[in-house]
Amino acid sequence: MFQTPADMNRRHFISHLAGAAALAAPATAFTNSLLANAADIKKRHKSAILLWMGGGPSTMDIWDLKPGSATGGPFKQISTSADGIAICEHMPSMAKQMHHMSIVRSMSTREADHMRGRYYMHTGYVPNPNVEHPSYGAVIAHELAEQVPELEIPPFVSVGGGSVGPGFLGMTWAPFVVDSNGNVRNLDGGIDPVRMAQRLDMLATIEKKFIGEKRGGSAEDHAKVLDKTVKLMTSRQMEAFKLMKEPEAVRERYGATGFGRGCLMARRLVEAGVPFVEVDLGGWDNHAGIFPTLQNQKLPELDKAMSALISDLADRGLLDDTAIIWMGEFSRTPNINGNGGRDHWARSWSVVVGGGGFKRGVVVGETSSDGKEVVSEPYSSQDVMASVLASLGVSLETTFTAKNGRPMKIANSGRVIRELFS
Amino acid sequence: MNRLRGWFVAAVVLGLMAARCWAGRAVAAESSDSYGVPQVKFINEQIAAGWADAGLQPSADATDGEWCRRVFLDVVGRIPTVAELNAFVSDSSVTKKAELVDRLLGDEYVDEYARNWTDVWTTTLIGRDVDNDMVSRPGMRQWLRRAFSKNLPYDRFMEELVTATGSNTNKEGVEGFNGATNFLTGKMEEGGVQATAKTAQIFLGLHVQCTQCHDHPFNNGKQNQFWEFNAFFRQARALRRFEETMDVQSIELVDEDFSGEGGDPNEAELYYDLKNGLKKVAYPVFVDGTEISKTGYLPGKTAEGNAYGVNRRRELAQLIKASPMMPKAIVNRVWSHFLGHGFTKPVDDLGDHNIPSHPELLDGLAAEFREQSFNLKELVRWIALSKPYSLSSRSAKGNLRDDPSLGEKPKFSHFYLRQMRAEELYESLLTATEVGESRVGGERAAKKKDEWLRQFIIAFGTDEGDDSTTFNGSIAQVLMMFNGELIKVATSTGKGGFLDRVATAGLKNSGKIDAIYLAALARKPSAKEVAKANELMIARKGDAVGALQDIWWAVLNSNEFILNH
Repeated sequence: MFQTPADMNRRHFISHLAGAAALAAPATAFTNSLLANAADIKKRHKSAILLWMGGGPSTMDIWDLKPGSATGGPFKQISTSADGIAICEHMPSMAKQMHHMSIVRSMSTREADHMRGRYYMHTGYVPNPNVEHPSYGAVIAHELAEQVPELEIPPFVSVGGGSVGPGFLGMTWAPFVVDSNGNVRNLDGGIDPVRMAQRLDMLATIEKKFIGEKRGGSAEDHAKVLDKTVKLMTSRQMEAFKLMKEPEAVRERYGATGFGRGCLMARRLVEAGVPFVEVDLGGWDNHAGIFPTLQNQKLPELDKAMSALISDLADRGLLDDTAIIWMGEFSRTPNINGNGGRDHWARSWSVVVGGGGFKRGVVVGETSSDGKEVVSEPYSSQDVMASVLASLGVSLETTFTAKNGRPMKIANSGRVIRELFS
Repeated sequence: MNRLRGWFVAAVVLGLMAARCWAGRAVAAESSDSYGVPQVKFINEQIAAGWADAGLQPSADATDGEWCRRVFLDVVGRIPTVAELNAFVSDSSVTKKAELVDRLLGDEYVDEYARNWTDVWTTTLIGRDVDNDMVSRPGMRQWLRRAFSKNLPYDRFMEELVTATGSNTNKEGVEGFNGATNFLTGKMEEGGVQATAKTAQIFLGLHVQCTQCHDHPFNNGKQNQFWEFNAFFRQARALRRFEETMDVQSIELVDEDFSGEGGDPNEAELYYDLKNGLKKVAYPVFVDGTEISKTGYLPGKTAEGNAYGVNRRRELAQLIKASPMMPKAIVNRVWSHFLGHGFTKPVDDLGDHNIPSHPELLDGLAAEFREQSFNLKELVRWIALSKPYSLSSRSAKGNLRDDPSLGEKPKFSHFYLRQMRAEELYESLLTATEVGESRVGGERAAKKKDEWLRQFIIAFGTDEGDDSTTFNGSIAQVLMMFNGELIKVATSTGKGGFLDRVATAGLKNSGKIDAIYLAALARKPSAKEVAKANELMIARKGDAVGALQDIWWAVLNSNEFILNH
């Protein structure tokens, strides 16, 4: 292990931060893990990447085309590297990767409002005024974080969007939100490490006093997040956010777009051991002029980045340990409206999954010839979540205790979609 | 600056004298009183009945310092200065809370009051997105500041927003400026779907957006109700006005005759898509079933002098004003602002499916609010002087289970912790460091604050332009508090700055530490904290201001500072 000045500085910093964490118990644990040589995580670990399509993409124009039907729109389908699977002609690069992925064409849900749909698809639960449920990222980070005890950066990273929060699992499982350029703001205050440690020591005294006064959980949550922040500030693993470390040719392959950079960062973060990364691509709420928007903007950006991510993960031998989920909060009406757009539609639509323990290159379910009905067994958000968890080896018997003391089955007791596993 | 410094030293010294006599003193019996205000009495009785029903014991009252900090944050959007704090704490009058609330609602603080509620309502009305070119935030703020400065009655406030016409931007060459138009200018696409949803949500506490596409699965919302409500907005149009350079200069909100799909304002039919692909017609009908004229014509007179036509948005405003939902929605919103939880969750959903925690209290306050001519300052006064608002945030044995974060309905038997809003933090830092310039606000200060807030905004990528904030206790927020520019300024040791003034005010070490604690936390340090602070004093050796900087940084980064308690 070579020692750069920066490295020495870091060790110096860390040694001074020993015992300076805001909560006594995690302080020792965190110091120990920092002082252990935590540079790289070598052993195998599972991760998931959610490609979140904010606004609700029209899946019948991407993954489940209905050419020739009155509702079908102008796009043609093309065959793909997976036997018998055809997708949209404007996804040529993804067509070469479909042997790694599977399409569930029989999604049928009931939430067609953005906020409600976003919540439902992220948590497996419909919004409920009495309890906040944890999202995919929080659940998976919570279940997989112990595989990577050396991880110093947050186990749930959301790139280019806010995702959905940790609910009753608490702020320690909240998404760490970064922009797609990987700039983490305010990471370095330029304060001398010795002094910083002394300040943190003073801060810990105030935190503990207030926590001891029993004023509610947010006081303690604050202290936990302080600890996580200190950990992150001293971590060399933050390099994972620096896309400029990648060769230009690689960056070019993902595309010079926000989503392209986000997908590349997702790969780097998974390599660094992060259990869950969400990458956001918004702009799918196409109530007007949908076809030119898809053809000229959305699909090229998606196609390039998503295909680069999948082929990269496959080439690096990471795909078998990394589940990929592509979905939005719902889809769009088969009927094309008066503005050449499609409106919100949740009754019949598609999500795409792959990698991890999923069976690849299959299509699950079917919609009617006009796309308006699911004509096979319908699947829900809970079912997708259960399947993703199964593909990562997370037990579906896991039960959380919500803050109110009520037991909550992981993934809302969703059923594993059989056809996605052989 | 000299004058300011002199004032500060006086304040610190005065503060310490005062602090000696109030340390540890419990709040006197006056807080069980209702200050002779019947509405306060009503709140106290209703809330106490709720405690009795649930077998809960309320916590003790908050300390004077805590209550003072709380009421400054909630009414004027910042923590009190050391001088303000000490003036309150050392006052031995039994009516001092009522007097402070009166002052905060009076002329002395009118600009700060307006700034705070302008911040709150800007987010409510147009969200956090600073990049929407259909909306002028300065225009919106200018109107809101005026409205809150003169305490515009809430029914008029609603009416001016819902019926606004004119240009949304106040700049040279633009005629007919009316900042109120900004509520709707960004919500008129697709026939005003967003205008419909947000008007119902904000002013009536009804979530109708789900019924846009279908009947609601579990409340009574029907798809036709959405479109019948939407019909009220069909005469309104948001037009882009261009400069010679073809850049958009402003957005003008106008009313025009609505011709419907058939092109005839006499018919004025609006069609919407049913789930089965068929179309259905809708005309303006209010949520309670009241119909208005179907004509799409605006009011006018025929050559013979016969009046015809109707202004649909004006009709709508009258119907909202008469609706019992309007006062309930605003009472719930203001209650939630002060107590941390509304009577319903979410606070803007008062539909039949969502039973309030205190239905009689909500109805009673709503009726009183109407009775008192929709006077927002009165509503604030009732809530701020109420017993539940006076309670400590420390749970007591008898109310540990009263915790809405556990999914229970709130009983308000102790004060619920909540994080400051980003705007409150910003203003509080300026206050704590006594950088007087931006306290009052004005558009220049507001823009500066916008720039700072931008770092926390996350857009969701939908046409509805909804957004969220990472200023929610996240790592991003802590990093900002550790290392951000604002904190660097707040903790700077430059000459004439806050720390420099504390350091050079001729105080003993203990007095300096006290000053820092009072400025940020409205209390004096504990013995343990003094010991830690002294360690820092020793570690910094002769660098007194450096040690103060370390303590100040720690205090500002604490849970106690960021949480309204």
